[in-house]
Amino acid sequence: MLAATLAPFVLAVFAPFVRRRVGDSAGWALAVLPAALFIYFAQFLGPVASGETFIFSTEWVPALGIALSFYVDGLSLLFALLITFIGTFIVLYAGAYLKGHADLGRFFMFVLMFMGSMLGLVLADNVVTLFVFWELTSITSFLLIGFNHDKARSRRAALQALVVTGGGGLALLAGLLLMAQVGGSMELSTLLADGDVLREHPWYLAILVLVLAGAFTKSAQVPFHFWLPNAMEAPTPVSAYLHSATMVKAGVYLLARMNPGLGGTDIWQIILMSFGGATLLTGAILALRNTDLKLMLAQTTVASLGLLVFLIGIGEPLAIQAAMAYLFAHSMFKGALFMVAGSIDHGTGTRDVRRLSGLGRVMPFTAAAAGLAALSMSGLPPFFGFIAKEWVYKGTLDGSLPLLLTAVAITGNALMFAVAFLVGFKPFFGKPGDTPHKPHEGSVGLWIGALTLAALSLIFGLFSGLAETFFIGPAAVAVAGVPMVVDLYLWGGFKAPVVASIITVALGAFFFWQGARLSAFLARVVDALWGPDKGYDQFMDGLIGLARAVTNLFQTGHLRRYMLFTFLTLAAVLVLPQVMLGNGFVVKAPPIDLLVWAIGLLAFVGALAIPFTRSRLAAIMLMGVLGLSVAFVFLLFGAPDLAFTQLMVETLSVVILALVLARLPVFGTDWRGYPRFVRDALIAGAIGIAMATLLVSITSVPLDLTLSEFFSARSYTEAYGRNIVNVILVDFRALDTLGEIAVVAVAGVAVLCLLAFRHIDHDSEDKPEASS
Amino acid sequence: MNSLILRTAVPALAGLMLLFSIYVLLRGHNEPGGGFIGGLIGASAFAIYTIAEGLASARRALIVPPITIAGVGLFLAAISGIVSLLFGDAFLTGQWWFPAFNPDLKYFSSVVLFDIGVYLVVVGAISGIAFALEERE
Repeated sequence: MLAATLAPFVLAVFAPFVRRRVGDSAGWALAVLPAALFIYFAQFLGPVASGETFIFSTEWVPALGIALSFYVDGLSLLFALLITFIGTFIVLYAGAYLKGHADLGRFFMFVLMFMGSMLGLVLADNVVTLFVFWELTSITSFLLIGFNHDKARSRRAALQALVVTGGGGLALLAGLLLMAQVGGSMELSTLLADGDVLREHPWYLAILVLVLAGAFTKSAQVPFHFWLPNAMEAPTPVSAYLHSATMVKAGVYLLARMNPGLGGTDIWQIILMSFGGATLLTGAILALRNTDLKLMLAQTTVASLGLLVFLIGIGEPLAIQAAMAYLFAHSMFKGALFMVAGSIDHGTGTRDVRRLSGLGRVMPFTAAAAGLAALSMSGLPPFFGFIAKEWVYKGTLDGSLPLLLTAVAITGNALMFAVAFLVGFKPFFGKPGDTPHKPHEGSVGLWIGALTLAALSLIFGLFSGLAETFFIGPAAVAVAGVPMVVDLYLWGGFKAPVVASIITVALGAFFFWQGARLSAFLARVVDALWGPDKGYDQFMDGLIGLARAVTNLFQTGHLRRYMLFTFLTLAAVLVLPQVMLGNGFVVKAPPIDLLVWAIGLLAFVGALAIPFTRSRLAAIMLMGVLGLSVAFVFLLFGAPDLAFTQLMVETLSVVILALVLARLPVFGTDWRGYPRFVRDALIAGAIGIAMATLLVSITSVPLDLTLSEFFSARSYTEAYGRNIVNVILVDFRALDTLGEIAVVAVAGVAVLCLLAFRHIDHDSEDKPEASS
Repeated sequence: MNSLILRTAVPALAGLMLLFSIYVLLRGHNEPGGGFIGGLIGASAFAIYTIAEGLASARRALIVPPITIAGVGLFLAAISGIVSLLFGDAFLTGQWWFPAFNPDLKYFSSVVLFDIGVYLVVVGAISGIAFALEERE
């Protein structure tokens, strides 16, 4: 299972080489992997249909309870099969769609990486594994949306998708970790087995909000729906795969997965139903407002995702069956329609639905695929879309506010009905339109996927028992967390859902008839309004403005400003804790030792004299006096190594400072005026006094000698050295030292670079002619 | 710096300091000293040599650029850690070799190699800074 999840990543690495070797038909070679994975996952169909589940676990970070564990049940299997099945055709389609594109190899690489991420996401059992793959889908989606990276719009859309879904991902991580904390396990299969623990915990609301933030951003629910249409900047294979069939459903998957653990409460139902319903209507209305095929499909995808969330929110068994059935149907017809939109774009050079007509004769296969998929999307019998829609109405009629829920669903479905006919039929009938290219049918790869998916919509409609036994049934049971009877059928007698379907078709036909007029009207209204897409820009501008303001405040470019902030921070860190917590200060009798007093006095006078001297050279000398006094102190108290080092450092400091000062007027002064003098003196005094009181309070408690004793006992016996200080430096704590010398080396390089830059400035500005 | 006394005394002095710095480096395991202090002494030797004899002759005396010395030192220190991995120990665990002719000669170890690395980093980085400051346009 781990190998199956990682295989696409491995192949991704080699994809560019395969492309270079095999050429443009590389798609056919690379599609073998997703096809093989599909067959691998298909083997689970039988056992899972009979109620079995599988767990595969590999240790990752056992100390933290993190494992690469995967869980196969009806829900994850349904997703895994959709990902690999549609993925196979997407790879073929991409090979044909981007034929001759210079970066096709890179495209395959990203798509395969995405496929692996998505598989890992839906199969993950461990919450950390889930999160890692969740983020990987965001990142690969970013790469794919920004595939045409030389276009500013693509870059903006890619970044927007990453910001929105990545932000949601962070919320999800927090939510998942809280869940793990509350439930006492990192494994979802364990956590969700006993949902009451989560639901009755005081943190339930926090967990719910965080998890929903992750799911809603990923699945483009209102108010985060804006990124998905923008993501249509990606090449069409990406739109078909990520932004209709798989990735955007990750949020829906998460909600479905969490349903046994977090679902069923009033707050869950209210949030999911209201956000889902709002998204359904928003997406459906915006779909009709657009005239670009891909944007229309993208908006209906938003609407469909809203519908799925809405159904999961209702939570009744029929609604959950409806969610799974609709998800299944949607993946097939929407994937097919996106590929059709891409083929039309490829064949005619435009995606504007107003300019497209009469393509049926020149693009027969594409037209057939479009027609079948559109019929399924509009929910007409005998397609699987019809069954899904019937179940949607069964679900809404089963909910707590049947009339309102059904009315919302009917409105949304009727709008999608209109869009389905606009996308699936209008371009293919009537007189040939005026298009940039002369329309032509694409190669096999361009229509085989769409046609297969569209045909499956019909096959599963006619043989609904297949879908029920192997896909919808096990998935619905996994989502509900309890056994249920699933019985899908095409015709169940003239009952309420059928009436609702008839209303939908009538209303949808009206919308289709008035399509152009409605679209123009909606365009005027919608464009005048403020939307979250504009809000995103305002938010990003605000963020950058804030960052700039903060930077300008601190990064003034004046060294004295930096020093001021550094020392103010140091003073605050030293003073505040001692003031707030007290410092256990105990005054002890001072030692009566003339030498100590003499050195102390020397250091004190030296330090006190520094700020009052007006000569730089004298100031350096006085610093040296201070340093030497400190070295004396070390020597007095039996630390010859420290004294030695201190002496050397002092010597070198004087040498280096002298070299620096050689470039400045040595006898100049640094008098800074009384106000700044007093301010700086206060800061320096605060640091000095706070440091002193801190040291006194530390030394007033008995020292813990465990470490000293350990080192003196082991230094010679284990490290063969009598100089404990050095043995600690190079043996016991050698890793610390390695880090320190790395810092020394880097600091050396940094100083060299700084000084080198100074030369450049000097040469170019101050001295136009080279001299001495 | 144009001082006859300095120019006369420094070559001998710097040589002695360099020798002393190596002595301090090697004795560091049992008595006050070690790579860090030794490195500081070595860097001082190059610093006063630079002041007395000028940057060009200091660079000639050092043969390689000082930052290269620092890099080699860091590399040696890291290598001394990786040696332990080859023996199946954790990174930077001290490895010792006691020569058969005199098992008390406790100098052949990855720890001493590490200390030499520290010495070279300090010499290289500090004299590199001193050289750069001394450089006139």
